[in-house]
This record gives sequence, C-alpha cells and structure tokens, in this order.
Amino acid sequence: MSLLSAESRIYADAGPRSTWKSPWRRVTVIGGMIVAVVWLIVVFTVQWWAPYSPLEAVGKRLQPPSWDHWLGTDALSRDVFTRTLYGARQTLPVSLAVIVTAVTIGTVLGAAAGFMGGKVDSLVMRLVDVTFAFPPIFLAMAVAAALGPGLRNAFFAMVIVWWPIYARLIRGQVMAVKHRDHIQAAMSIGATRWRVLHKHVLPLSFTPALINATLDLGQVVILTATLSFLGLGAKPPSPEWGAMITDGAQFFYQWWIAVAPGIAILTVAMAFNFLGDGLRDALDVRAKR
Amino acid sequence: MIEASTQPLLEIRDLDVRFAVRGGHVHAVRGLDLTVHRGEVAAVVGESGSGKSASMLAALGLLDVNAAATGSVRFDGVELLRASPSVLRSIRGGRIGMIFQDPMTSLNPVLDIRRQIAEAVITHQQVSPRRAESKAIELLEMVSFPEATRHARSYPHELSGGMRQRVMIAMALANDPDILIADEPTTALDVTVQAQILDLLRSLRRSRELTIVLITHDLGVVAGLADSVHVMYAGRIAESGPVVDIFHRTQHPYTAGLLASLPRLDRPDRELKPIGGIPPRLYEAPVGCAFAPRCQYAVAACSDREPMLQPVNDSLVACGVLPLTDRTPEVAR
Repeated sequence: MSLLSAESRIYADAGPRSTWKSPWRRVTVIGGMIVAVVWLIVVFTVQWWAPYSPLEAVGKRLQPPSWDHWLGTDALSRDVFTRTLYGARQTLPVSLAVIVTAVTIGTVLGAAAGFMGGKVDSLVMRLVDVTFAFPPIFLAMAVAAALGPGLRNAFFAMVIVWWPIYARLIRGQVMAVKHRDHIQAAMSIGATRWRVLHKHVLPLSFTPALINATLDLGQVVILTATLSFLGLGAKPPSPEWGAMITDGAQFFYQWWIAVAPGIAILTVAMAFNFLGDGLRDALDVRAKR
Repeated sequence: MIEASTQPLLEIRDLDVRFAVRGGHVHAVRGLDLTVHRGEVAAVVGESGSGKSASMLAALGLLDVNAAATGSVRFDGVELLRASPSVLRSIRGGRIGMIFQDPMTSLNPVLDIRRQIAEAVITHQQVSPRRAESKAIELLEMVSFPEATRHARSYPHELSGGMRQRVMIAMALANDPDILIADEPTTALDVTVQAQILDLLRSLRRSRELTIVLITHDLGVVAGLADSVHVMYAGRIAESGPVVDIFHRTQHPYTAGLLASLPRLDRPDRELKPIGGIPPRLYEAPVGCAFAPRCQYAVAACSDREPMLQPVNDSLVACGVLPLTDRTPEVAR
C-alpha cells in the first residue's frame, strides 16, 4: 500500500510525464527527423529535379558559388551541388545496408551466444573480442584494402567491424532477460527453446539494439566517407562524399569543393545522432527515470 | 485422505540436486523421497533453501545449467530425469501445470493475457489461433476472472496480483493437466486475495479431480488445502504424513518448532516460540542430523549419524530420538 502511494505521489509531482528529457531535446529530435527525411527524399527523387548531371562537365572549372552553380564547380567542371545531392545515393544506402546486416548478424550470433551459453557463447564472444582488439577504422581499412577498393568491398569491411557491437549488446540483453521468471514460466508450459527465444526473449532484448542502430547510422556514414576519402571506397568519378572531399582537398582556395560534401556528412551524422537520442528517451525505460 | 489407486502419479526417489557455485557445490536436495497419489493435495513445507522448489524444478527439467539432478522422478510411469527434451516439453504444461510464486514477474510484460494463455494452448494442441484465443477466454472464466471477455486483452501490468495469479493458473490448466505444481502460489499476495486463490484451487481440485503439489512455507495454507504434508529440512524429508497427524500428532522437533512459531487466534495468551539459529548452508553434507544444532531435544548421538525415515503412526519421521509422543501435546497445541 505504502509503496503504491509513494509511487503515485512521484508521478503527481512530475505532472504528465513527457517523452522528452527537455524542451531542447524536442527541438533536436524534430530537427534531426526533418534533416533525415529531407535526405531520404533526395535519395529517392534527386534524378528528377537535380539542376545538372553529376558526372558531366557543365561549365567552367573551379567556379565559386553563383546563381548558376549554387556550390560552384569542381576541377572537372562538374556542379558541386548536384554531386553532393547525388552523393546521398551512394553513402546513405550503403550505410543503411551496413547497419541492417550488422544488426542481423549480431542479433543472430549474440542471441545464440547469450541463450545457449557454453561453447557457442565462448566461440562467438572470442570472435567479438578479436574484432574489438583492432581500432575500427584500422580494421575496416585493412579489410577493404585486402578486398580491393570499391563501395561493395567497403560494405563488407564495415559489416565485419560493426556486427560485434550488436552481438555483444544482444547477448547481454538476452542473458539478462532469460533469467526472468516469465521465461521459466514459458518453459514450464512446454514451449520449445526456439519459441521461448523468439517470442519471449528477443522482443524484450531488442530495444537497445534499435537505439544503437540509429545512433550508429551517423557513424557508419562517416566511416563510409572515410574509406572513400582514403581511396578504399567509392571509385571516381562516382559522387561519393568522402571521395569528393579527397578531390576538394587539393584545392585550398576553392573551399566549396570539399565543404559541400563535408556539410552533407555533418548534417546526416547529426540528424541520426539526435534521432537516436530521441528514440532512447522514448523507448529506454532505464534512461528515462 | 484419498486412497492410492494402483500406482502413484508422481514418485520421487532418492532425488539429489547439486548446484555448482564458485568454489564448490551446494547440495540443495539430498535424497528426497516423495510420493503423490492421484487426486491428492500434497503439501511440501519448509523454509527458504530447504530444497522444496529446487526438487520440483528438477522434476520438470527446469533447473539452470549449473544444477545437476540424480535419482528418479517417475510421473505416471515415465522417468522424467532421463526423458528426452521433447518428451519433457510435452509433459510440461501438457500433463503437469506449474504456477509460480510471483505473478508480478511470471507473466510476459509485452504480451496481452489472452495471447499468453493461447500460447499455452497452441503449444500442446493442434488448434487454430482463433480457437486458442476463445479457449483462453473460457479458461479465464473457469478461474473466475472478472469480466473475462472485456479484460482478455489486458497486459499484465494492468492487472492486480490476484488477477495475475488467476491468469497463471489459467495458463497452467490450459491443457487439462493431471497434476498442478503450485510453487508458493499465495506468498506474493495479500491475505484476502490469498484466501480467494486458495478457494479457487480448492474448487478446481474438486471440479477437475486435480492432483496438486503445493509448495509453501505457510502452514495455514497447508491446513486448509492439503491431504498429506511433507516437511523438508536441509534438502531432506524431516517428517511426512497425513495432514491431521502432522498437525496433531507431530513427531519431528522441527515440525513442532514450526507449529510453535505460528500465532493462533484461539490461543492469544500463548507466546510465539521461534526456532533458534539458522538452517545449515549446504556447501558440505552436514554430519549427523541436519537439525541437531537447533534442536532442543538433541542428544549426543544426533550429531553422529543422520537419521533415516521410519514409520510412526501413519507418518514417516526422520528423527534420532523417537518416540517423542509424550512431548507432542505441549509443543503442538
């Protein structure tokens, strides 16, 4: 009784509980959402309204921003604004694919490790440890270099770097959830281990992975660009943001060539960070209280 | 007491359960013998750590990986300790239903109760999901869940403890089991709700000819429901017999101590006598009678040899200083 009334008093003081930590958080989350949606629209529709072609020379080379070329032109007379827009079509789908694949692999292996324990657990977790032993960029570079440059090989490299994060996360969650009473209760009605895992354990373990995936999307965008910047990702002349920065880095006084894709990377990374924070506020009970 | 039909429904022989812990083993159940006949309500009584829950979880193969069980658990002729996982699964929830102590945590928080009960049905019966859900509502009505149809889509957090325990019981009975193992079914509930749940168990027992194994430390619950009582101490049976004998012709000093520590409405003048000391920690097998260090009747011989169960009246008693009938009236009344 006393417990109940104490609890209701806490809630009464707080008024209706808000999803957001602070008014400012609401602004950043909504801002992040808008930016992410804008970039998504760009990915799907840019071919219909982009002012120029991303690969063709469209005027004089190295022009500063003007009405004709909002972000100027690069060394090969291509429109930087157009190329930046098209760059979203390279970076965002690859990053998304990396996250989805890494979450899938990480969930399967992490859930198996956490739920079955024993040898499976040791095997998976040692693999995770080995991967974590390397700095992520270093490992991604090594793998990408070994496989040869190209966005597809960069994808494989990044999945190899990223799945252990989710494997470890899901394993911990599964191990915590599987000792709850209602899991034993589910076993006691004769449910198979598989049924218990996917019906009762995974739905309660997945939220942190979802939050982390959103936060990580920005990071993966940066890593994609980094690999391309180093020549291990997209190959010229494709308009990938990292590769464009490499191009622009040679022209100190023509700052717009590198700044445009740089701002693109910045906005995407920030947008997904804010979104991830918002998702954590909304979904993660422990962080909220 | 309902007489034995041909063979016992549940027969536990010489059950041993050890938990591997850091630096050794905890020997939680040490040679447990327990027989439950069809239609009987058997109470397993003991304090925390006496091995009552561990022995039932061992019988169903629900122990954690760090536990090992040896001995024999025969359920209706099937040896459960050596049964294959699929046989065990079909028995769990199919022929043996189990309810747990804490209905607050024993339900999945993210599934509504109709789905959860339907899960129990679908696991064991070839029925459509729609049929399973209507069966779930019937089950809720059977356990006197108020306005079952209207509340069937509720989530566990929207229900009170008593209602949740009713949901647990509905799940356990979903496949018309022969036996219901109730692991402290009323411990987490307040007293009025306890009485309701006990009433429910009593009426279910009558209407469905249910055999119940009642695990509890509450002798009040035992007196109201059980036919036979098995008092456990330190992983063994201390005394086991018909409920009347346990309460009125108490033999074992531990049982007597438990009774003496209970408040009684009809004897407000009587002082409560707690049992001194604490139960032994079962890192190593106790030498001699496990209860001897706390026993006011202990003699030197008690510390030498662990007493075997021997028949006294209609009961079985493991005590080295039998017979003790002369002192029984004083402590038990």
